[in-house]
Amino acid sequence: MAEFRLPKNSRVQKGKTFKAPEGASNVKTFQVYRYDPDSGENPRVDTYEVDMDNCGPMVLDALIKIKNEVDPTLTFRRSCREGICGSCAMNIDGTNTLACTKGCDEIKGDAKVYPLPHMPVVKDLVPDLTHFYAQYASIEPWIKTDTPAPSRERLQTKEDRSKLDGLYECILCACCSTSCPSYWWNGDRYLGPAILLQAYRWIVDSRDEATGERLDELEDPFKLYRCHTIMNCTNTCPKGLNPGKAIAETKKLLVERQG
Amino acid sequence: MSLRSPLGRARGLGSAKEGVQHWWWQRLTAVALVPLTLWFVFSIACLAGAGRAEVLAWIASPVNAVGLILFLATLLHHSQLGVQVVIEDYVHAEGVKLVSMVLMKFAHVVLAVAAIFSVLKIAFGAPIGG
Repeated sequence: MAEFRLPKNSRVQKGKTFKAPEGASNVKTFQVYRYDPDSGENPRVDTYEVDMDNCGPMVLDALIKIKNEVDPTLTFRRSCREGICGSCAMNIDGTNTLACTKGCDEIKGDAKVYPLPHMPVVKDLVPDLTHFYAQYASIEPWIKTDTPAPSRERLQTKEDRSKLDGLYECILCACCSTSCPSYWWNGDRYLGPAILLQAYRWIVDSRDEATGERLDELEDPFKLYRCHTIMNCTNTCPKGLNPGKAIAETKKLLVERQG
Repeated sequence: MSLRSPLGRARGLGSAKEGVQHWWWQRLTAVALVPLTLWFVFSIACLAGAGRAEVLAWIASPVNAVGLILFLATLLHHSQLGVQVVIEDYVHAEGVKLVSMVLMKFAHVVLAVAAIFSVLKIAFGAPIGG
């Protein structure tokens, strides 16, 4: 049944405050969720004052500065720092997004930085995405054909190729899935917007020959139909994609094949 | 704790290969309810202040009786589909889920039969007067 409070050992407490260096005039305050499962302590929110005159413009720049210069115990994922790897997905200022493409100046007041919502936390801002990746593997995201492989490229018309636009750009950062209440309540069985967008990417690919099997696999009250068109996914996608539409198109195809 | 592999857990019991009908009927009944509800609300508003005999006569007229039966059947079917979604969303214990689902479906069938029977009884019953 629904739980209305966090379990006792998950309730967030007030943490430490790290002051800005003397004489800093352009100070921005970052409130960052901290959790270390090895310590046995409850999660806490630490406050870091960052001198923005000596810091890059993005939230990721500030986090790296904190880790390098203030508190090396702060843990987060990052890699490309240009919005293409999806590693630094986190909840910033109440919205799931990529720390590397979110400007500090876009945030009014204190910047609140939390891990992606409703996922198990490995440490600090690092969520456990094992199940998310396993769900991705479960939709078999590769081309499936029975026709023997051609000796050259598999041809596709320009129109067919354009159907993949708005789908192939997905970087699987998990911002959308972890913003979805249906995924929060039923993430064990509901595939979530990111995985459903990826599934649709293979369903509309004109070169794939397993369209029907893919639709068979999705036709399920939980895997697909937990989507209630809440649209948090589309709202939050840092790449500007529309998983809600991909899911709606999948539902339309399922109706279409009924008769 | 489970030692099952992440992929095994994600695949779970596999696809139920159903859900389209539920989704389709929820939309179909929703569309049908737009005119039916407008008609029902408008008619009830027009009957404001009418006496018992007048209301019974209104229900008994063939067009209104058919309209009412359609409205009630569509409404309860739509409600049953909707409440099912709510239970699936929020009730996670298998046992409680099954029991609440069965009770909910029974309740809707009882309500539908009772409501339609009431309309028919008024429509076909001996003229009620004075």
